[in-house]
Amino acid sequence: MQPNDVAVNIPEVIQQIPLNYYLIFSTALFVIGIIGVLTRRNAIIIFMSIELMLNAVNTLLIAFSSYRSDPTGQVFVFFIMAVAAAEVSVGLAIIVMIYRNIRTIDVGVLNKLKW
Amino acid sequence: MTFQTYDCLQMLPIILLSLSGIALLFLGFQKSRALLLPATLLFLVIAFVANFLDWGKTYMYFRDMLLVNNLAMIFTGVVLLSTFMVVSLSGSLADDEDAQPAEYYAILLFSLVGAIMMIGFENLIMLFVGVEILSVAMYILTGSDKRNLRSNEAALKYFLMGAFATGILLFGIALLYGATGSFVLSGIGNYAHSATNAGGSMLLFYVGMFMLLIGMLFKVSAAPFHFWTPDVYDGAPSLFTAYMSTVVKTAGFAALLRILSVSFSGVYDFWWVAMAVVTVLTLLIGNITAVYQASFKRMMAYSSISHAGYLLIGLVGLSQASKPAIAFYSLAYSLSTIAAFGVLMLVARNRPLNAAVFGDQTTLARTDEHYDAFNGLARKNPLLGFVMAVSMLSLAGIPLTAGFWGKFMVFSAAADRGAVWLLVVAVLMSAVGIYYYFRVVIAMYFREGQTDTIRVAPFYRIVLIAATVLTLALGLLPNLFQGLI
Repeated sequence: MQPNDVAVNIPEVIQQIPLNYYLIFSTALFVIGIIGVLTRRNAIIIFMSIELMLNAVNTLLIAFSSYRSDPTGQVFVFFIMAVAAAEVSVGLAIIVMIYRNIRTIDVGVLNKLKW
Repeated sequence: MTFQTYDCLQMLPIILLSLSGIALLFLGFQKSRALLLPATLLFLVIAFVANFLDWGKTYMYFRDMLLVNNLAMIFTGVVLLSTFMVVSLSGSLADDEDAQPAEYYAILLFSLVGAIMMIGFENLIMLFVGVEILSVAMYILTGSDKRNLRSNEAALKYFLMGAFATGILLFGIALLYGATGSFVLSGIGNYAHSATNAGGSMLLFYVGMFMLLIGMLFKVSAAPFHFWTPDVYDGAPSLFTAYMSTVVKTAGFAALLRILSVSFSGVYDFWWVAMAVVTVLTLLIGNITAVYQASFKRMMAYSSISHAGYLLIGLVGLSQASKPAIAFYSLAYSLSTIAAFGVLMLVARNRPLNAAVFGDQTTLARTDEHYDAFNGLARKNPLLGFVMAVSMLSLAGIPLTAGFWGKFMVFSAAADRGAVWLLVVAVLMSAVGIYYYFRVVIAMYFREGQTDTIRVAPFYRIVLIAATVLTLALGLLPNLFQGLI
């Protein structure tokens, strides 16, 4: 992979903003996601917060890969998007299954497993 | 290494397992379910043989994506053997109206592909994809008992926690990529070596490394990231609990071993204290909480946490010796865990719980999985009693069983590094372990109970005996296995 060959194709717009800003932005997005997972009680909202975490990672990877003129980071983003789609389908199926049984998706109700 | 077309053909186990999973889904269209179990076992045997075809060689596949060497083949062998045993204990699925055995078997085979990727990854992309293939399959299997609230709850908890852990893992990978500019293990390792010598800030690298490790420790259920484990293992159907606690753990530790030994060995001084703290916490929480459990299945969940602790000792004492040690320990642990779950499934099947105990939630508890269920088991069913006793002894690490040598090898790897205080904790905690493992043995041999003779299918019996014989054989002749690596 020669950086020079690839650099032409990468939008220079991305590099107009300093890399640190991307890092701070993605970290903030990620932390918002974590807070959402830890504090919300609705399964769907928790789920959305997890998606937010994954997208924070995507942003960060794209920023890094643009700055390094290295396409591998962007390839990884495709993998993350594909896998996240698979995960969403399974996750929604689980939530629907639970809704059918107990008519709610509040995770607070799920406390049957205790020692 | 350049890409050659024949490379694809030699990554046989992954390809075979994927194809046979699809074939199983088609077999599921048939009315008769009789063919499914033998077909799955046949596919697993073929994959097992194909796995060892490259024995003694080292290959890098798919442009430095996957590495196959003897160690990876051994781990893959352990995983395939565990799956073979778990699948062969699943005969009752064919009679269960609600079950979908074709799908279950196909998902098991697909998830094995993920496990093999985790064992041999050379690129972090493969680690991520492998972890996800394995995890997503496990979310489905955990919730496979659809009408059972415990299974539902376990599936949702596992899914949310697992996805959360994946997020952390990914953020760690992204930061590592930002610091090193590479997803390849050896590339990250080179950076770690040269950057520590050069000095300068490595903040991005360290934060990334720790987030990656936290994500992986979540998956192998090490404390303080273990809190999902007891609920999930308890709620999932026993068959899949057996699979989760063996295959997922083995693959997870193989992945941790790879990344720590290839990428992070240059910064060993930086992470070993953190890992040692995690190890001690895991050992303490796993063993001490296990003592207070009334349910055997929940005890096995905590026991799996404590075994994660023993395996972590092998990682803290990272050296050439810890590779075969961890492989041996995984094998010993898998054999006895599967045998124990095999007996539990037989015992519990005959004891449906009284629904009134749990109020109106009739679907809440399937079967009695408490210690009391084992009372007097050994009198009417000497074989089951013996199988269970041997597997408990092996899990407790009593000499003449495989578990003892597993612990011995892991401990001696750590002793070479001089982590004596860690070993003191570990040995004390093994002593605690003897208490709760022997509760089952005492219940089986010395308590009065109204157990009937349990009918065991011939093949089921053979698998249980094979697991016991292997446990004892590895306990008497540990060199049988050591010579291989």
